[in-house]
Amino acid sequence: MCQAEWRRARVQAQRLADLARLRRVRDRIDREYAQPLNVEALARDVNMSAGHLSRQFRAAYGESPYAYLMTRRIERAAALLRRGDLSVTEVCFMVGCASLGTFTTRFTELVGMSPGAFRRRAAAMAADPADGAHAAHDAASAPLTVEGMPACVAKQVTRPVRNREATTGERPLA
Amino acid sequence: MDITIHMTSLPHDDPDASLAFYRDVLGFEVRSDVGQGRMRWITVGPVGRPDTSILLAPPAADPGVTEEERRTITEMMAKGTYGWILLATPDLDATFEKVQAGDTEVVQEPTEQPYGIRDCAFRDPAGNLVRIQELR
Repeated sequence: MCQAEWRRARVQAQRLADLARLRRVRDRIDREYAQPLNVEALARDVNMSAGHLSRQFRAAYGESPYAYLMTRRIERAAALLRRGDLSVTEVCFMVGCASLGTFTTRFTELVGMSPGAFRRRAAAMAADPADGAHAAHDAASAPLTVEGMPACVAKQVTRPVRNREATTGERPLA
Repeated sequence: MDITIHMTSLPHDDPDASLAFYRDVLGFEVRSDVGQGRMRWITVGPVGRPDTSILLAPPAADPGVTEEERRTITEMMAKGTYGWILLATPDLDATFEKVQAGDTEVVQEPTEQPYGIRDCAFRDPAGNLVRIQELR
């Protein structure tokens, strides 16, 4: 192998090792989202600075580790709210959010309605699916009826989509 | 027609590491093992269920895959967005305990999902997501 080729191979091996480290961070967020995680602690565990981790993570996954963590929490919160027996505040703390304000803001951005409205809508749909489905017709992110859907598909369709906040009417251009 | 799902494949980047995971951690039997070095095709499957197998295969081995595509695939494997599989077991908790006792990366503890299932998830050594669902 000539030197240039060898160097290229070494750079690529390093890149794969870096990506695998980012994967471990992402998996840790998936596993421990309910813990009081922060980017500094996540970065320390993989021997990176917080800034470097955030930049690398965003380059690999299209969003920062903090955004990914919040998306994961909101996803789980939506699932818990659908159950109907937990309050918004209870759910907020159960998914690891320390601030009800931040939780409500991010939930509304991702899902298109506040956690309280989501909870009420889910309850209405549980009581009368046809009525609920009609009411939620245009809101792609309204509580979906997933009964009968294969679990892996249900997981995908009910997952808040990163970087695709629910639209809430017209937005000003500037 | 009488068609069964006979085999599906998952990529490996270190055949011995993947073999050790599926054989020693998940307890699968090895049904065949051909090739050498990184170019190894290993067939594994659950003992007593010969109808379904997983082929652990080198990624992008098709000569029609370009160098750029190969790089994309290996990068997706490393970042964990490429291969995945869904397995099932009647005793999820015992399976989870056994798998996590080793140095396997855990992605999700056994969790009751809102869509009516209970499952957990791991990474195999090649970065594939291995989700295990409880049979009930």
